[in-house]
This record gives sequence, C-alpha cells and structure tokens, in this order.
Amino acid sequence: MSNSLHVELGLTDEEFQEIKNVLKRDPNDLELAMYAVMWSEHCSYKSSRVHLKRLPTTGPRVLVGPGENAGVIDAGDGMAVALRIESHNHPSAIEPTQGAATGAGGILRDIFTMGARPIALLDPLYVGPLDTPRHKWLLESIVRGISSYGNSVGVPTVGGEIHIEPCFGENPLVNVMCVGVMPVERLILAQASGVGNFAILLGSRTGRDGIGGVSVLASQEFNSQADSSAKLPNVQVGDPYEEKRLIEACLELLNQKLVVGIQDLGGAGLTCATSETAARAGLGMDVDINAVPLREPNMNSVEIMTSESQERMLAIVEPVALQDVLDVCRKFEIRATVVGTVTEPENGVGYLCIRNGLEGEILAKVPAKSLADEAPLYNRPLKRPSNLDEKLSTQNPNSLVGKFDLNADIKELLIDESWIYRQYDHQLFLNTVIPPGFDGTLLRLNEPGGLKTSKAVAISTDGNPTWCAIDPMQGTILTVVEGAMNVAVTGSEPVAIVNCLNLGSPEHPEVMWQLSEIVNGMSEACLALGTPVVGGNVSLYNANDGEDIDPTPVIGTLGIRDLVGYKSQVPKVQKSSNENVSDALPSTNVIVLVGGPNPFEESQEFLLGGSSWATKCRNLKGGYLPKIDLGEVKTLIKAIHLFIEKSNAVHDISSGGIGVGLAKLILNYLNTGIEVEGEMSAAALFCELPGRVVLSVDEKNEKSVFEIAGEVGLPIYRLGVARGNRFVVKTSKSIDCGNGIDLEIDELKKSYLGNLEKLVIQ
Amino acid sequence: MHLSGIVVFPGTNCEFDVAESIDKAGGISQLIWHDTTDLSKFDSIVIAGGFAHGDYLRPGAIAKFSPVMSSIERFANDGGTVVGICNGFQVLTEVGLLPGALQKNDSLTFICKNVEIVVSSNFSPLTKNIEIGTELLIPINHFSGNFTVDSETLKVLEDSGRVVFRYKSNPNGSTASIAGISNETGNVVGLMPHPERASDILLGSEDGLRLLKNLILI
Repeated sequence: MSNSLHVELGLTDEEFQEIKNVLKRDPNDLELAMYAVMWSEHCSYKSSRVHLKRLPTTGPRVLVGPGENAGVIDAGDGMAVALRIESHNHPSAIEPTQGAATGAGGILRDIFTMGARPIALLDPLYVGPLDTPRHKWLLESIVRGISSYGNSVGVPTVGGEIHIEPCFGENPLVNVMCVGVMPVERLILAQASGVGNFAILLGSRTGRDGIGGVSVLASQEFNSQADSSAKLPNVQVGDPYEEKRLIEACLELLNQKLVVGIQDLGGAGLTCATSETAARAGLGMDVDINAVPLREPNMNSVEIMTSESQERMLAIVEPVALQDVLDVCRKFEIRATVVGTVTEPENGVGYLCIRNGLEGEILAKVPAKSLADEAPLYNRPLKRPSNLDEKLSTQNPNSLVGKFDLNADIKELLIDESWIYRQYDHQLFLNTVIPPGFDGTLLRLNEPGGLKTSKAVAISTDGNPTWCAIDPMQGTILTVVEGAMNVAVTGSEPVAIVNCLNLGSPEHPEVMWQLSEIVNGMSEACLALGTPVVGGNVSLYNANDGEDIDPTPVIGTLGIRDLVGYKSQVPKVQKSSNENVSDALPSTNVIVLVGGPNPFEESQEFLLGGSSWATKCRNLKGGYLPKIDLGEVKTLIKAIHLFIEKSNAVHDISSGGIGVGLAKLILNYLNTGIEVEGEMSAAALFCELPGRVVLSVDEKNEKSVFEIAGEVGLPIYRLGVARGNRFVVKTSKSIDCGNGIDLEIDELKKSYLGNLEKLVIQ
Repeated sequence: MHLSGIVVFPGTNCEFDVAESIDKAGGISQLIWHDTTDLSKFDSIVIAGGFAHGDYLRPGAIAKFSPVMSSIERFANDGGTVVGICNGFQVLTEVGLLPGALQKNDSLTFICKNVEIVVSSNFSPLTKNIEIGTELLIPINHFSGNFTVDSETLKVLEDSGRVVFRYKSNPNGSTASIAGISNETGNVVGLMPHPERASDILLGSEDGLRLLKNLILI
C-alpha cells in the first residue's frame, strides 16, 4: 500500500481498506478526498457517536431531535423554535477574527436551513489569561469577529459567557449557539426528495478557502504558533452581507414553498451537502462539477468538492418551480446555479455521481449513504487518569489553612462582561426583555415581520472547565443545573438543551473517559430535569503543546414562559463604567437563600473543589465537587415563579458561590449594601453548588416566601438585609479569613465596572 | 391615516422593528424595496437601520446609488418628510440631504447600549410637540456614529436650531455631542439613536414612541 494520499488526507490504513470494501475497487483521488472529509472526526463523530447515543433525546415538545441541522422545539401558539450549538475553536486559534466570524455564519445557515429565521446568537468564550499580548489579541479579535459578522448579518448576539483559564492560551474555545423561530408549518428537512428535481447551488462562488478544514484543521491537534500559521490557508473567510441576502432569499423561497429541501454547505462543503441530502431521501444525485461557479481559476475537482467557502446553500427544487426560484434569487442578488439532479437508486443504492458535464464523464461515483452515514465508528479505549486522585487529595481546598483577604478575593472574582456584549447588537428585532449581563437572556417569542406570540424564550450558555477537570461527570451535572437555573430565574421552564463537547485528543484514553463521563452526567441531569438533548456538536483535538485542554462541555439551555403578567426586575439603565445603577430600592428588603444546606451551620459539608475561589484565588485545582440533589433542583424550578412573584430580584448561585452571588445581586439589581446576619464559613460562602437562588424580598413578603418554601418542601434561609452602602459578611474561623467581607459598594463598583476592558486594552 | 414607507436596501435589518413601532404609534407602514421609484402615496419616508449593501466601502456609500434614493431626494426637496435612523442617517449625509458625516466611534468599537439624549430643537418632524430639554432614554447601536462637521456648518446648525438631539454623555466622540440634526427646511431629520427600540416598556423604554407619534401627526 502506498503510504501517501490517504494518510496525507487524514485517513488511516483501516479506513482506506474500508473504502475499498465499500466500492469493491480502489477509490480514485477525488473519491478518496470525499471520503477523507466525510469520514473526518468533525463530520462523522466517529469517536463520540457510541457515547452520544446514551443521551435522552425525546420529549413531548421535541419536533426534531439530534441528527438534523438543528433541533426543533414546539413552543406552542403555532411557533417552533430551532436551536443548535457549534464550535469554531480551531479556526479561531489561527485567525481569530475570521474564525469567530465564520462560526456565527455557519450556524446561522443551520438554523434557516430548517425554515427558521435566526433571532439570537450566543457566544461562550474560553480564553487564556489576559496577561500576554497574544492572549489579549486573541480575545479582542474573537470579539471583533463576532461583532462585525453578527451585527452586519442582522442577527442580535444576546448572550454568552467568558472563562479565563491557562489551558486555553493557544487553543481558545469559541462556541456559538443560535436560536431561530418559525411558524410550525414552515419546518423543513434537508432532503433531496423527488427524482428529476434540480439541485441548485445558492450564494457565494466556490474558492480555495477552507479546503480540508474539517479533516486537516478540526481533526488534528496543532502544537505551536508556527504550526498554526502554516495552516492559515485552511481558514474560511466570511461575508456577512452575502449571508444576510442568503437568509432573506431562503426564507422567501420557503415562504413561497418553492423548494422541497434545503441544506447549507458547511464542513466538507459540496460533498457533505450533496451526499447528506441524497442519503436522507434514500436517493442518488448527479453533480456537474463544471456548473459550480468558481471564485478562482484552475480549481480541480477535489478542491471544488471539498472547499468550505462560506455563504452557500444547496436547494432541491422541482423543475416547474425553477424560474420562480431564480426570480427570488435575482431580487436578493443571490447567485443561483443548477449543479445537479436527483437520481433513482441503482439496485437500491443511491449514488453520488460527480460528472464532467451533466451527461459527461464520471469523475467519482460512490454510494451517498456510505459518505454520509457509514463512517467507521470507534469505541476507543477509556482510562481514568492515573494521577487524578493524587491531584484531588493533595490540592484539596477544604484542607486550607492560612489567612485570606476576602475583600480582595471578591473583587478578583467579579468580571464585568459588558465590554464584550456592548460590541454586539443585542437588541435587534425588539425581542430583548432581559439583555445580556444578567442570568439568562429573555426574548419575546416573535418572528420579525411574522407570527407574534404572548410567550418568551429564555436562553443561557454555560460551561465550566474547572469543575469538569476535577470530575467530568459531576461537573457536567452541575453545568446542566446551572443552565437550567439561569433560564428558570427568568420565570421560564427549561424545556431542552443543546451541547457542545470541547475536548482534547480522542486518541488519548483519558480524553475518551472524560467524554464518556460527560455523557453519563448529562444524561442523568437531563433525565432528572426533563430537558432532552436536541442537538450537539463535538470538538476534539483541542490541545496545546501536547496538553489536552480541560474538558469543557458547554450547555445551551432553552426555556419558555408566558409574558402575560410579566414584571421586569431589570434596572432601566444598564450599568456602565461611568453611570450608576439607578432605581435603588425604596424600602427595606430581606435577602433569602432558597435550596441547599444551611450556610450558617458549621456541621454542613460545603465542598470547595472546582470553585473559582479555590482555583483562582488560592490556586488549588483539586478537592471534590459539591453533591447535588437533583430532585430538589427540579422542585425549585417548578416553584420558582411563586418566589419571583414575591421578590424584587432573583439571582441563581453559580460560579463564585453565595459570596459572588450576593455581590452580583448588589451590582446588577439592588444598588444598596447587603449585611449578612450571622457567621458563615469560607467554604459555605464560596462553595459552587448550583440549584440555589438568592432573593431580595420586601420585608412584608418575607413570611409568605417562607410559607411557599414550606409548602413545596424547599429549604430556605434568611441571609440578611439589603440596606446601607456596605457589603458585609462575617466569616467563622474554619478557614481564617480575617474580618470576612466588608466592602463599600462604591469600591465594589469601581473595581468591577470596566475591569475586563481594562485587562484587554492595557 | 399616516402611511410611512420604510426603505429596505439589501443589508437593512431594522425594517420590521420600525414598521412595528410606527404601527404602535398609530400609523401604518409599508416596506419599500430599494429599486422602488414611485413614492407618491407615502406621507413620510423612513430609512431604517442596518448595513445597506453591506456598508462596504463606507456606510451609505453604495446605498447612495440605489434607484430609490433619487426619488427620496425629490420627495424631500418637494417638502416631504424623511427620517433617517442610524444607517439611514449615514445614507442621508452621504447623498447630501443632511450635512456632515458619521465617522467611526472614537473608541473604534461597535457600541450597543441605552443612552440618554436631550431634545434640543422642535425643528424636526420627530420633535414638533416635545418640549426642548426633554430627556429621552433611547438605545444606540453603531460603529460609525461619530457625527463630524466643520465649524462653520456647526455654527449654522446651532444658530438655526437644526441640532435636534444631543447625547447627555457623549458615547462616540460626536461634534458637540450631536445625536441628530435636521435640514434647512426642517422636513428631513437624521439621528443615530433608534427610537423604534424604545417603543415598549417591556424592553426598557417607551421614549422613542413619543418621537414616532410626532411623525405620524404630520
């Protein structure tokens, strides 16, 4: 066997043999290249699929589950919601602006492919410490890429998050979630049904950008900066204006019912779109390679079939509708070219046939299904890291002794993300009821220029590499809970999630163990909370100088609520570095904690493993994650609207524990001090057990809030009162923290407002 | 009833929002594709925000050549009411219906946030019945909102009451904190803030609706 082309294309010897078995002959170079992209890790999920099938994917609201371009949920009132999450990690590590921009572009196409108009993007980012010029440049460029593409394409970017960890220095994670809406009857699947129908390529011309992106870039690790420069030609370049016109043209085609199927061209380009649409319909397709409009001269057939040029779609159209389709495309100045036809299967096998001219010479002929669905699946070896237990016990923050300055710690743990979301149009379409910067984003459920409802959707993206490095299963459970709670505190019922699993190399058994544990945790939490997984993405080979990144499952959670009777708890003027939060509370308010163990009781166990206080302030990466009662979380989610009704602010406890949670309550909502009554241990103050909320309650409602908790069976504790201008928490002596927290809120604001911007700009 | 035509270039994205808010203000509206030339049935024309023709080259530079623009110039010169919001303001300065230019924000970043603006003149279709000095909470959303004009023109604008809106706290480096201006005859107005985004208390402010209610009284 010549050790050449198939290895260069990223295929193993076994995979090469499998291709020969399928074809019953040697593949030619074009066929080999098509298999290489379709059987790449990125397209085929060949290492992860055996695990992903353990996830719960069904539920009464699920219209479309995993496997299509996006999951679709029935939101009621005739409205369906499409959602998906993806990664664009590797392109963003190499060319951060374009990498992040095309990440947004790609996922938008997945959403409008289903018939939905995209109404929201969210961008969770995981980057290296902002103490080197390169890391600052990466973050600034990633944000610029999302901002320039998202704003221009006319889809608001309404949320996301940022985590700063050393393992993401050279391999930042750029995930992007998109949500779209449509009248249920517009839902369309990407199928090439109807023999004799035309396959029409819409949008940009095909160039040499992104050739082999999925196989070379996203399915191998790269080790150094020099390595990433060498891969530069594999990064696609985005054109948001082309995409905007493509969105409008495709929605018009769908509204006029002019297409029978539509599919975007993303990873693996034309090969993927043609083979997947044909395979889904159980049919074949003839593609005329000469018909494909090209951006550059002298492109060969391999380049044309594997190019990942952006802003392209494949529409399946009945011959009778062709002229109408061309007319719509002309209005929106979108290129539309017939490049193929849907064909009968031969002996039950639908072939993807690449020709030189529609009736011309056959350049490649392979079963469409073998490309799209029949990549070899690997059950790769799993192994729990052998040094994990030692690390967990030697670096256990619950055994801390020493003297610590909690005022400094609180300031360090608060990050003002407004520098990021201020650069994003987060208001377009007049849906943004709760803007970014709070817990979950709340959007009116309206189709711009179309169907209106009285409902709203809540969306949140959450990931915590620190938790998952310690215990990927428990870390994932806590992450799913955090997402559900972010949505729940807007008064919404969490109804579904999508997930993006960012991991290291699947060739390392420890990484495959992480993947398996993550899936187990996600299954357990989603079953308990009743949130099926309707879509996902797996990004492997995230590594840096040979070190795998910390495992980072990112959960995108969708919730639904009615807006009738909604009362906003969001201050009118958003905070910024030169404005004060307005609307200080008019009367005395009581601060209450709902859920979890009693933070004032010394005998309670508050595990600090994975907490940002332990990892960021004390540099301890071990210990054990808090245990969680998923039944109690479910009860809290079900009852939360009762608490919201009686409160003037509700905030869920997550990263930073009660300490940071109370500080955010002050900064985001109250604009008064909080005095905690009684002593709390540092462990109770910073334990990152999600599934709890802090409420600010007018004192006249205190009794009824406690009654509600009693009726539904939830633990509830009075923490203190909101008043004055200081944030005060006294600590007990289990870990010596001096006087605990005692900060003037002006000092807190001064250190918080604009602090991320200062880190990046300076 | 007042009929507004809302201009849609390829790349415009605020057209549905403007339409919804004008309807809410009590008018009716119709979207106009950029190749339209007959504007005779409209009581006013609104050029909505977004990225006309991708805003490649510079904002509004290509939109200037869309067929609808020469009709809008005629419509305005005949005394018709024309409002340019954000990208629409940029287009109006590009075709010369309003003076000055909108440069990149001095921060060199895109800015999306709620800002307070002050009504500085009644000499515009948006502020006819609003007391001078009224403060309004209205979002901005732009990369190029830094209104720039030479000192002589600035003096003319100031002296003739054509500075319609000013930022309370200048977010983008605009000359004299100017957020919006009108033309010599007071029938053409351009502003960077988005009144349509402040037309529902659920979204934080209804102050923009006050401006649109003035528009439909014409």
